[in-house]
Amino acid sequence: MTLTADDNRTYGYDDLPRLLGLMTGDEKHGPAATSTLDVLWVLYDRVLGVTPERRDDPARDRFLLSKGHGPMAYYAVLAAKGFVPAAWLPGFGSYDSPLGHHPDRVLVPGAEIGSGSLGHGLPIAVGTALGLRAQGLPGPAVWVLIGDAELDEGSNHEAIAFAGPTGLDRLHTVVIDNSSASHARPGGIAARFEAAGWSTVSVDGRDHDALYAAFTAPHPGRPHVVVARVEPKDA
Amino acid sequence: MDTMRDRFAPVVSRLLDEDPRVAVVLAEIGADGFRETGRRHPDRVINVGIREQLLIGTAAGLALTGLRPVVHTFASFLVERPFEQVKLDLGHQDAGAVLVSAAASFDWPAGGFTHMAPGDVALLDTLDGWTVHVPGHPDEAETLLRHAVAAGEDKVYVRLSVQSNRQGRAVDGGHFHTVHEGRSGVVVAVGPMLDAVLAATRGLDVTVLYATTVRPFDVAGLRRATAAAGPDVVLVEPYLAGTSTAAVSEALSDVPHRVLGLGVGRRELRRYGTIEEHVAAHGLDPAALRGRITGYLAAGRTTALTTGG
Repeated sequence: MTLTADDNRTYGYDDLPRLLGLMTGDEKHGPAATSTLDVLWVLYDRVLGVTPERRDDPARDRFLLSKGHGPMAYYAVLAAKGFVPAAWLPGFGSYDSPLGHHPDRVLVPGAEIGSGSLGHGLPIAVGTALGLRAQGLPGPAVWVLIGDAELDEGSNHEAIAFAGPTGLDRLHTVVIDNSSASHARPGGIAARFEAAGWSTVSVDGRDHDALYAAFTAPHPGRPHVVVARVEPKDA
Repeated sequence: MDTMRDRFAPVVSRLLDEDPRVAVVLAEIGADGFRETGRRHPDRVINVGIREQLLIGTAAGLALTGLRPVVHTFASFLVERPFEQVKLDLGHQDAGAVLVSAAASFDWPAGGFTHMAPGDVALLDTLDGWTVHVPGHPDEAETLLRHAVAAGEDKVYVRLSVQSNRQGRAVDGGHFHTVHEGRSGVVVAVGPMLDAVLAATRGLDVTVLYATTVRPFDVAGLRRATAAAGPDVVLVEPYLAGTSTAAVSEALSDVPHRVLGLGVGRRELRRYGTIEEHVAAHGLDPAALRGRITGYLAAGRTTALTTGG
């Protein structure tokens, strides 16, 4: 716990365990906290066109964390990239802290949505992509992160089934697959998206170069999903 | 006469032409009305198919990018089915939208209870910050739709119905209007209930207020009326009976008062038929209203006498 509240510095991937430790009090973290860590890092470090200075820029890329439970990795990455002060992290979940056990966009700089109830992020991301297009901003990418069990929610299937045939190619979904769904999806997760006309890639969710390649794979005319497999939740 | 819903697509189409921030989001219902406008504004006329959760989520996403979404389907599918999306995607995200419903409480009685939503306004009452317009005439619907779209990033619900008063009145999107002044009680007629209330109260010494915007509730207007006509209040609402009794009680919390909430009964009727038959079954036709209003006011006078008031 030697980290100081130096709000001007940014941190690297190797600092993330310490940043997580500020929230949890130790450096061992549950699956919900770390399943998203590498995906979030690669997105914020190498893919997303958004910085703290650009967080109100209409042409920024959007990242919507739909899987709002276990947001410590998200907060750690936002702190590492300078969206929120690292000094906020130790207050995690306390009355005066902006950082709750589910994120609130009204309280957290850089958070595009508040989440916690499952199945809301992808539909909102569809609207965000449509809104940017309608305002003549075809450049920004919209990313949404969901969990494999979260995919059970019917609202996601409404969004998947609409975005594919609509050719919403600025829409990107990352599904963190830690095998936490009770009922396996016949044919696998990607098949559901493929059937709706999405571009799909499945990768090792811990391999940064593989993630980067999957995130940046061209997908003209189609929305894109990256299924990032990580170790099973109860392994 | 055309219906309020007949005005919806033409009015919103003009707003789409006038204001590049306006977008309309549909779930099949009402899509025909926007076919031509959709060719002019293909990116701002969005039909998500029969997907009501996505309907609201999409509107929220549009709003978060700075657009002003107008969302339309039947009240059952707009407010009730995706209620958590209304609560979280709009309320919790701090995103605004204009929700415009049709079918109301029993616009299509032959269609049965699946297409009735008498509880829509009561349900929205569990949320914070919603403006609720209940026009009583197509002309008023047009005015209130324009108010709703122009209301910055507010969350606004506009409840359209085929039930209508014979003539439209000047509405301002906020205040109750005094239609008749009396000294022995106040009757608040909401939206399409006005004609029936005026027929029911003919010759009675009561003040009749006409309300087409019920949230926020016009506290000052009600207090002015009760100051002159006494604190006996009858609400006549075209949705669930008693929906606004809490608003009346709050408005008059510092004054001894009585309130009677009339409207659609909670118990499912399980009848088809016509609108008129349903109005009668809920005791909302002029004859039934007159009996209920006079009985209530008379009971108040009896109480006042027995308590020496």
